[in-house]
Amino acid sequence: MRPENYEAQRQPPSNEYELNFGPNHPGIEGNYALKVKLHGDIVLEAKADGGYLHRGFEKLMEQRLWIQNIALVPRICVPDPSPMELCYSMAVEELCGLKVPQRAQWLRVMQLELSRIAAHLFTFGGHAATTGMYSTMYWGVADRDLLLDLFEEFTGGRVYSIYNIPGGVRRELPEGFLQRLTETLDYIESRLPDYDNLFFKNQVFVKRAKGTGVMSREQALEWGVTGPNLRATGLAFDVRRDDPYLVYDQLAFDIPVEESGDAWARTLVRRKELMESIRILRQVVEILPDIHGPIRAPIPNPLAWNVPAGETYTRVESSKGELCYYVVSNGGPKPYRVHVRGPSSMHAVQVLEKMSVGSRIEDIAQTMFSLDACPPEVDR
Amino acid sequence: MSKPIDDAKLSKQNVTIEHEEAGSILSPLKALQFFMRKPVTVPLEPRPAADNYRGFHLNDHEKCIGCSSCQKVCDNAAITMVKVPHLPEDPINGVRNLRPAIDYGRCCWCALCVDICPTSAISLSREYVHTCTQEEIDSYFILPDETGIHGEYYGEGWQKTNDSDLLDLNRQPMAELEAEERIDNFNEIVAGYTDQQAVIEASRCVQCGMCHDACPTHMDAPEYIRSIWQGNLEDAVRWIYQSNPFSHVCGRVCTHRCEDACSIGRRGEPVSIRWLKRYAMDSVDHERIKQIAAEGKADYLSGKQIAIIGAGPAGLTTAYDLVRKGHQVTVFEARKEAGGMPRYGIPEYRLPYDMLDQDIDVITSMGVKIQTGIQVGKDITMAQLEADYDAVVLAIGLHLGRSTRVPGADHKQVRKAIDLLRRTTDDEAYEIPQKAVVIGGGNVAMDIARTLARQQQQQFGQVQVTVTALEEMSNFLADPVEIKECREEGIEIYDARGPQACIIKNNKLIGLKTWKVRSIFDEQGRFAPEYDEQDEQIHAADMVIEAIGQMSDNNLLGDDLTEALEWQRGRLSIDGQGRTSVDWLWAAGDCVNGPDVVHAIADGHRVAASIDEWLNQQ
Repeated sequence: MRPENYEAQRQPPSNEYELNFGPNHPGIEGNYALKVKLHGDIVLEAKADGGYLHRGFEKLMEQRLWIQNIALVPRICVPDPSPMELCYSMAVEELCGLKVPQRAQWLRVMQLELSRIAAHLFTFGGHAATTGMYSTMYWGVADRDLLLDLFEEFTGGRVYSIYNIPGGVRRELPEGFLQRLTETLDYIESRLPDYDNLFFKNQVFVKRAKGTGVMSREQALEWGVTGPNLRATGLAFDVRRDDPYLVYDQLAFDIPVEESGDAWARTLVRRKELMESIRILRQVVEILPDIHGPIRAPIPNPLAWNVPAGETYTRVESSKGELCYYVVSNGGPKPYRVHVRGPSSMHAVQVLEKMSVGSRIEDIAQTMFSLDACPPEVDR
Repeated sequence: MSKPIDDAKLSKQNVTIEHEEAGSILSPLKALQFFMRKPVTVPLEPRPAADNYRGFHLNDHEKCIGCSSCQKVCDNAAITMVKVPHLPEDPINGVRNLRPAIDYGRCCWCALCVDICPTSAISLSREYVHTCTQEEIDSYFILPDETGIHGEYYGEGWQKTNDSDLLDLNRQPMAELEAEERIDNFNEIVAGYTDQQAVIEASRCVQCGMCHDACPTHMDAPEYIRSIWQGNLEDAVRWIYQSNPFSHVCGRVCTHRCEDACSIGRRGEPVSIRWLKRYAMDSVDHERIKQIAAEGKADYLSGKQIAIIGAGPAGLTTAYDLVRKGHQVTVFEARKEAGGMPRYGIPEYRLPYDMLDQDIDVITSMGVKIQTGIQVGKDITMAQLEADYDAVVLAIGLHLGRSTRVPGADHKQVRKAIDLLRRTTDDEAYEIPQKAVVIGGGNVAMDIARTLARQQQQQFGQVQVTVTALEEMSNFLADPVEIKECREEGIEIYDARGPQACIIKNNKLIGLKTWKVRSIFDEQGRFAPEYDEQDEQIHAADMVIEAIGQMSDNNLLGDDLTEALEWQRGRLSIDGQGRTSVDWLWAAGDCVNGPDVVHAIADGHRVAASIDEWLNQQ
């Protein structure tokens, strides 16, 4: 019972205080929290706190038949669910040696790029809202709805399209769909100058975003940053180009980069990516009518489907960054283990914690939105 | 492969933003141009969903068979199969009165239930609004019908298409001998599945259990199919022996009611349940099968003795069940070898007799004693059996052929199919006709026609066999495969022909006269064929074979017992357990329930259970 055996309880200095930033806070993305220690308005320490949202996706997947997981995985990322379906399906296809028909691959690209645009519009809205610009949010959500209308039309679901299935996709395009897709793309493109005026060129936003949440390229690489956040530090790495899947190697698109590595740069990269996605989709509209054939490779009866034993690691470029699935099969009717590397699990934990330190409390929300962190990917 | 695309055309307004550009304090004010624009949220009425929409369920109750595949594939256990009493329940045709009820607190509208449905009964609608007060919280658990969950049809949304269909509707092809390879011999026609084929075929099963319900002996087909899929063939045999000790036989010649009820058969080809059973039985070593069959056999003797007359499927199944329960069983068989109708009625190209021998060997290895060549009624009387045994089972089959009794049918060259088939098995010589005419359209008619065709081919190098039947081709009693193979083998089939007379000249049979059949049954459904006398044909023949049905030879019972027993239309009257009106005598198989091997096996189980129960009460 000697006092030196015990750590003394250190009293915090009277000018420091702790604050729960979330889970119920307009400035936080999703059900997520940061426990922050503050000195005045300056953040001294931040601790990410997930666990308020979905739990145990990976464990749930072990309890489900291979086919059943296609309805579960989109829920890991609500704003951008399509890459989840695709990445999981790609893993199963690789384990089974399924060859996905060409047409299905083009349809998948179309779905992914539509999803990317929808996700970016959503993020811009959220980001603008953190700086008090609610009109951009209203516009972003309303314009995203036009894309959801397209999703509803060709996949049957507005948000969770559940369109991919191991082997291909589940539906042919409805009559005249590509025409309507083109019209929607024209409309979105015509809206971009309005977004620029209201948001991207808005002095209020520019002043707030420039120099906020800065990371260097070295830091980004060390912290496992991917996607637009990495490209905002000047490194042009994109899975679609550097480890191509589907038919991305047959498509012409650029990888936008920015150098400054701050919230402004990250937002600008996404703004430019929107253009690239539209460019890709216009190529799909051009080429898809000439690609004929089946849209799905035959798969066994899903109630009696043993995927051959083995393990695989698949990755795709989601709107948030590099999304990966590590899937292990022991030759049984259900996955033995699935690990999801959601890009946000890096962005919303170690990156956000480190970048918040030293910033003002009102910049935490902006930093998080500029990282486009999606809490369910952390809490998977 | 991508064709060059004019990049300039792709982006109509390529807006780029530079850091320097950003900065005008007035630019946000440009949004004021939208001030008077109508909000996108107006109007507020619900809008119709897309044609492909995944909304609330629709279920065509007429089409749905209650197979519960939707329940099995549901990710969220949102589907519960509930009994709908006013709907029909028909196990023979694979229909249950279960229908899916959906818990919309769980459903995620993934539509896997739609894509797997074997009947295409379930689909999703374009309806997407449901709300309720706190008190009506149970209203989220709903039994949808063809009008949707609120009875207001909103139109069809997500339907099954060929692209989204998750079932494999085509069975694995079975390797078979070609007509020219098989016509001059009795080699087995069907080759059986390879390992890979069997696993793929087994994987087509959705485990609905319709086959189990339809099978007379309720074989655990879903379980053994599952075991085959999992590669555990011994386990498959174990499941098979739970309900059928004649699995080599049934794996080859069963009438497969299971496949008629198979839910995959609603839109595609049913799972080859019979061939899978055969595959499992053929794949496991015979000695191992004996060990598996012996599992669970009683390790004591009850001291009760049972006599069974007839060593066919019914008699031997009864014997198998009774010895497993510790009773001692002796089977009396009048013929030279055990096996009954599978040996003496079914030709070897369908059922090689060594496979039958294996089934019988398993049964005798359990301790069943079979005494062949003993004719009850002559070598031993029923009275003796009654005195020496605790119970007696009559399983004598149908070994007497019926006659058309047309003029000339008593000629010595007018023969019974069942008699010729027996002689073929026993290698008893008879004169092979150069031109044969068979009367009958059932499987026995096909069996004798194809047997004679083979013998003609061997002896004369050509086939001249004609089959005439009362029924039209679409109503033939014979298996369609039999008819197809008959034709491949050069046998001519004349449908809707009624035999009128066997034409005899100078005491020599020269043919069969038939008339065209107008109708077979009268308005009350009684057998009363009507003919078109103008349409007459003479089928040249030096032998006419009658294959129009069989009856049992009940002479062995003796006058006293025949008198004491109750009869119904010439057949022994039995209760639901197979017991006759005499308390020590049971009857099973074809002689009481008509010809069918799997029904005979089911009978055997039933009778054995009844005897065991009765003996235990003694």
